[in-house]
Amino acid sequence: MPIKFPFSRRAAPSDAWTKCPSCDAQVFNRQLERELRLCPSCGHHFRMSIGERIDMLLDPNTFEERDAGIEAVDRLGFHDDRPYPDRLEAARVKTGLRDALVWGIGEIEGVRVAIAIFDFRFMGGSMGSVVGEKIARCFETALAERIPAIVVSASGGARMQEGTLSLMQLSKTTAPLVRLDESGVPFIAVLTDPTTGGVLASFASLGDVILAEPKALIGFAGARVASDTVGEELPDGFQTAEFLLAHGFVDAVVPRPELRASLGRLLRLMPVPVAAEAAPDDAERAWGPIGALSGFAERLGGAVSETIGIDVEAEQGGNGRGPGSAAAREAAVADEAEPRP
Amino acid sequence: MNEITVRTDAPGPEAIEVAWRHVQLARHPQRPRTLDLIPHIFTGFFELHGDRAFGDDPAIVGGPALLEGRPVMIVGHQKGSDTESNIARNFGSPYPEGFRKAQRLMRLADKLGVPIVTFLDTAGAFPGPAAEERGQAEAIASSIKLMTGLQVPIVVVVLGEGGSGGALAIGVGDVVLALENSVYSVISPEGASSILWRSRDESRVAAAAMRMTAEDQLELGVVDAIIPEPGEGAHTDPAATGRAIRHAILGALRELAGRDTAELLGRRYARLRGMGAYLETGAASSRPQEAPSLRRRIGRILRLPGVPRRPRWSEIWPSADDDAETERGA
Repeated sequence: MPIKFPFSRRAAPSDAWTKCPSCDAQVFNRQLERELRLCPSCGHHFRMSIGERIDMLLDPNTFEERDAGIEAVDRLGFHDDRPYPDRLEAARVKTGLRDALVWGIGEIEGVRVAIAIFDFRFMGGSMGSVVGEKIARCFETALAERIPAIVVSASGGARMQEGTLSLMQLSKTTAPLVRLDESGVPFIAVLTDPTTGGVLASFASLGDVILAEPKALIGFAGARVASDTVGEELPDGFQTAEFLLAHGFVDAVVPRPELRASLGRLLRLMPVPVAAEAAPDDAERAWGPIGALSGFAERLGGAVSETIGIDVEAEQGGNGRGPGSAAAREAAVADEAEPRP
Repeated sequence: MNEITVRTDAPGPEAIEVAWRHVQLARHPQRPRTLDLIPHIFTGFFELHGDRAFGDDPAIVGGPALLEGRPVMIVGHQKGSDTESNIARNFGSPYPEGFRKAQRLMRLADKLGVPIVTFLDTAGAFPGPAAEERGQAEAIASSIKLMTGLQVPIVVVVLGEGGSGGALAIGVGDVVLALENSVYSVISPEGASSILWRSRDESRVAAAAMRMTAEDQLELGVVDAIIPEPGEGAHTDPAATGRAIRHAILGALRELAGRDTAELLGRRYARLRGMGAYLETGAASSRPQEAPSLRRRIGRILRLPGVPRRPRWSEIWPSADDDAETERGA
């Protein structure tokens, strides 16, 4: 067994210290690892590895990775200054990952979820066929098992080395979301630094709830492209999480230490309704705001009645018929854009 | 899964020549655009305007029309033919309100039960600050989602440039047809050049490397059939081009007409779901080791309370020291 003495390591500052890009403070790497990779002086959110995300978000010993063996192939024979397979190999060595995304089943505060997590260090977290396939399988498993889906994104967009096959991952990852809507399975998107391009232009913008980490870069086109296009300076805070919040495209900006608890609360507030087949036939349809409200309160059920003090029984009136009732279903689809006859 | 072609060399001069000729033809200033072709394909086109929320985007046009006497809904990108009309059309690059107009028209088609025909011809969605403020990414994403679930047949025709997400936003369909000299790509060759080659001068090489010609797209399964162009290209005879497109759309719609909704949606889902190439190796999932620190090992043996026995995933997939942004996607 090799014996390592602390003083025998070369004193290379880049090994042990990282400079905070926000406040220029020198941060000890060990401390970053302990503190959820937050800058101790200014709270800057450093990017996280997939392993660190799993450790911070999921209950201990609950995560099981799925589809670990899917690997990228060079379908186009793509070559820029070096061949695509070489880039893949370099990224694999650098990160210990097979591709830019890991997905699996785990629990957050006791709620079972299907969760997919990006790593930006693997070719800029770019979405090619492997990432797209894994996300689609994550959603399809959430649908089959009727458990909520969560995707934590950190990606520059579609992977150029796979050409239009990467572009087609936008529709491949979006198609299952229509089915999640139909069966009432919620999807929560967590946008972290950075989430741009084709990932933002597909599933990441389509969460039933969208959370973002503070100051995360989130946007469709690169900021340089945007400013070149109009030939003018960009507004302050352009393409940040806070900018998207102000313009109505994310639900909340959640600091990292609160992320796990926020997800836990949302998961309890948005339980997956009992499958439609199980709903009683004689359930009445509730249309009015009172009906919808009672359906909503009923969906919340006991989970929140203690915490926010809604008297579920009183609000329920004559409309509720249990968690799978028509009232609950109406409430669930009430804000969908396209009510069908 | 599709068969895997292995071609590890950089694209040769011949491939670069062919790819760039396609790009130039697809961008030809006289190439017929959506509104030029509609009279050669349909009758009675009635253009509808506005997204009912913000404004009307002239980079996307659409409305109901008749195809051989039967109603259809048309949605397409619209470029201009000279500087003035190109400025008016924003060079065919839609703002979010363009995609939201498209969504509105497609919902109307769904309500009426009429098939949708879309025409793709854009360098991409507009990337400016105003587009970001109004949710360009959301507009594209929700458009893609809407199209995957519409209960009417959708036929997509790539006319000129199929540019990235801005093209796909109205390009999800049951059948995707492409004109012979059209191109389809995840990013413009100029964009790929500046990101991957870090230079503006490698667009031709990027065009070849991305294999963006209609023929390549057919081989990749992104496009289902190619519509031949007359003579030296579509710009030499728009009427003949229109007739060829009409013939191809009719063929596709006849094929789709007999299917019931469940079958139609099932096939569309399978088509979208099957896109891509990957290898399924049965490799085992990673599993974190319980950290074998001395304290933990002793603690475990003695069953001491409070000894962390939690295996840590961050030990398998830790953060690297450098957090620098080295690569990005499209």
